[in-house]
Amino acid sequence: MTSLFRSSLQGVAAPPTALEAGDGYQTVRTPDPKAKPTRLSAHDVCVFYGDKQALENVSIDIPERSVSALIGPSGCGKSTFLRCLNRMNDTIEGARVTGEITLDGENLYSPQVDVVELRARIGMVFQKPNPFPKSIFENVAYGPKIHGLARSKSELEEIVVTSLKRAGLFEEVKDRLHAPGTGLSGGQQQRLCIARAIAVGPEVILMDEPCSALDPIATSIIEELIDELRENYTIIIVTHSMQQAARVSQKTAFFHLGKLIEEGPTERIFTNPRDKKTQDYITGRIG
Amino acid sequence: MGNLVIAAALLLLLGFAYQQGFARSLSLAAEARKEGRRLHSRPRYHGTLVAIWVLLPTLLVLGLWALLETSALRALIVGMLPPEVAGLEGRQLDSAIARIRALASGYGVAGEVADYEQAAAEHLSLIQNLAFLLVLAAAAGLGLLALFAAKRRISLALRARDHVEKAVRILLMLCSAVAILTTAGIVLSLFNESIRFFSFVNPIDFFFGEIWNPGFATTGSAAIGRYGLLPLLWGTVMVAVIAMLVALPVGLMTAIYLSQYAPHKVRTVVKPVIEILAGIPTIVYGFFALVTVGPFLSALGAAIGLDIRSTSALTAGMVMGIMLIPFISSLSDDILRQVPLALRDGSLGLGATQSETIRRVLLPAALPGIVGAFLLAVSRAIGETMIVVMAAGNSPVLRLNPAEPVSTVTVTIVNQLTGDSDFAGPQSLVGFALGLTLFAITLLLNILALFIVRRFREQYD
Ligand SMILES: Nc1ncnc2c1ncn2[C@@H]1O[C@H](COP(=O)(O)OP(=O)(O)OP(=O)(O)O)[C@@H](O)[C@H]1O
Ligand SMILES: [Mg+2]
Repeated sequence: MTSLFRSSLQGVAAPPTALEAGDGYQTVRTPDPKAKPTRLSAHDVCVFYGDKQALENVSIDIPERSVSALIGPSGCGKSTFLRCLNRMNDTIEGARVTGEITLDGENLYSPQVDVVELRARIGMVFQKPNPFPKSIFENVAYGPKIHGLARSKSELEEIVVTSLKRAGLFEEVKDRLHAPGTGLSGGQQQRLCIARAIAVGPEVILMDEPCSALDPIATSIIEELIDELRENYTIIIVTHSMQQAARVSQKTAFFHLGKLIEEGPTERIFTNPRDKKTQDYITGRIG
Repeated sequence: MGNLVIAAALLLLLGFAYQQGFARSLSLAAEARKEGRRLHSRPRYHGTLVAIWVLLPTLLVLGLWALLETSALRALIVGMLPPEVAGLEGRQLDSAIARIRALASGYGVAGEVADYEQAAAEHLSLIQNLAFLLVLAAAAGLGLLALFAAKRRISLALRARDHVEKAVRILLMLCSAVAILTTAGIVLSLFNESIRFFSFVNPIDFFFGEIWNPGFATTGSAAIGRYGLLPLLWGTVMVAVIAMLVALPVGLMTAIYLSQYAPHKVRTVVKPVIEILAGIPTIVYGFFALVTVGPFLSALGAAIGLDIRSTSALTAGMVMGIMLIPFISSLSDDILRQVPLALRDGSLGLGATQSETIRRVLLPAALPGIVGAFLLAVSRAIGETMIVVMAAGNSPVLRLNPAEPVSTVTVTIVNQLTGDSDFAGPQSLVGFALGLTLFAITLLLNILALFIVRRFREQYD
């Protein structure tokens, strides 16, 4: 595993070549007059896995207290971009990030930034559910415990129960909170991971296909949760469902082959895409 | 030479059988296809089945001959000897027969060769050759017969695949039976000899005795000595505990460093180097203990006012611990690396530090494997002999102080069984009782390991 320290240095030394590497593709941007102020901002982000480039010069502004959706065909780099935003790419051996990403104007990749604290502020729900081999309760209590969020046992219990309720899992597991989390079904595990992420109380939540294994009812619970979280949190969600993107997000970004093709207000992207590739994708012709 | 010929002939025969079965089923299949029917099994299974059918009777003939050859030829030789030689007893007769065999196979013998010996040897070698040819012919004939029969059995419906699978299963079963039977054999032989030992010494005196003083075999059966196990057991436990106190923390931390922190380059260098440690013969560790660690510890003790003997439980235990480090680190490293990356990412993604991730997620998930590695290492520590022979001081006295010399079960077995022992008195038979005790202890440890691993599996899967 790459040491966090080393890769933080790599992040700073963003070589200026990153600008030229894009060989002049232009993201189609539609500004949103109603958009809230920018919280997260990516500028010319490139990601390499070894010699292979997975993202090319991605620049986008993410407004605060709203939902932004990342869409695009499989393998286009959505997860990769998401992982840049809380520096989870640091943990991948051979992964290299160049460019600049700022949270409230502060570069995430600057050496002053404490990755551990950063990840507590920018939480993540992974594409594949990855519950710890611990009890359901312990899974959710894990984050609050290490960050010392609860002063007493009852406070901890309250956090766990509220988080499970918000993720729509509590009713199903309330009699077996101390059974192993790995014994849940795939969809339940996914909701457990969502509960685990929100239990820490992050300011920004990154969700990588949070509903991919869920039935319509569980999906609508999660969508309601996202809608509710939007009041206070900044949310970025990766999804393969156009309907979901249209339902929950205010901003949509379309990725294709490592490039950010088009971004803009969700309504605009879905009703009147300006790029041909975007149009083909949302009408089901590519991907 | 003879065996090589047999093996080659057998291989040829089997190849031929396979080819025959293969070709026959292929032609059957071709005919059947015209009527729209198919073979149940593919031709290669039919070929294999025919080969198996040929193999069985030939192996039977060869096996019987291998079993009977020695006694049959012996009877033959005895018949050819002049009566005064044939009438000899035991070893003398054996050596007379051995001389004739040696002559017959063309090796020379010491001393004069008597006429009757020469004649018998020539006769024997003739008969041996004849018998060899006969057996070969019988095996081949039977094999061919079987081939013919097996080939006729081939039909569209013959479930050759099922039969072959079954034969393979039996073969696999036999292979695992070898290990089990060997273990059973070892236990049985230990058991037998131990029972003989316990006819001299009361088991209670053995298992609960506090004094070990077996005396010497030559002093006669009047003084059979005292055989208290406890000092030895205590020595074994003390040395093993010291060894694990060294090996477990160092090994585990090495594994954590290698699997979680070390950059790729460091890892590729360090891991093989550590594994070299595991390949050093234990007797070399023994030297190391005797020449370096022992004197060092004793000097260190002197410097801080402690009386540490240079051959002691401490010396042996520490060096044994060093020997076990690669064992634990290498196994634990592999186990830690098998924990899914997604778990690590999940923890880091929640804002846990790397050390929190290791302590709270990775180690618990890897625990069953680590416990298994630990208990394996303990078994090795208990069974280790050479280091203790050289560095523990060989003093079978019950003492609490680890800085004093001790003796262990393994060392005592070596002492009692080497040299001029006749396996008749308790002095040497006690070795088997000790071996059996050791076996029982390691068996218990392994069962414990299995049990613990299963408990954790239930909890974490
Ligand atoms: N750890 C890695 N090592 C090497 N290449 C990787 C790694 N992770 C992703 N990639 C490559 O980067 C590209 C983008 O992958 P990414 O996971 O970001 O796609 P995605 O848009 O999330 O796809 P999906 O919708 O299938 O999840 C792919 O070509 C992938 O093969
Ligand atoms: Mg993805």
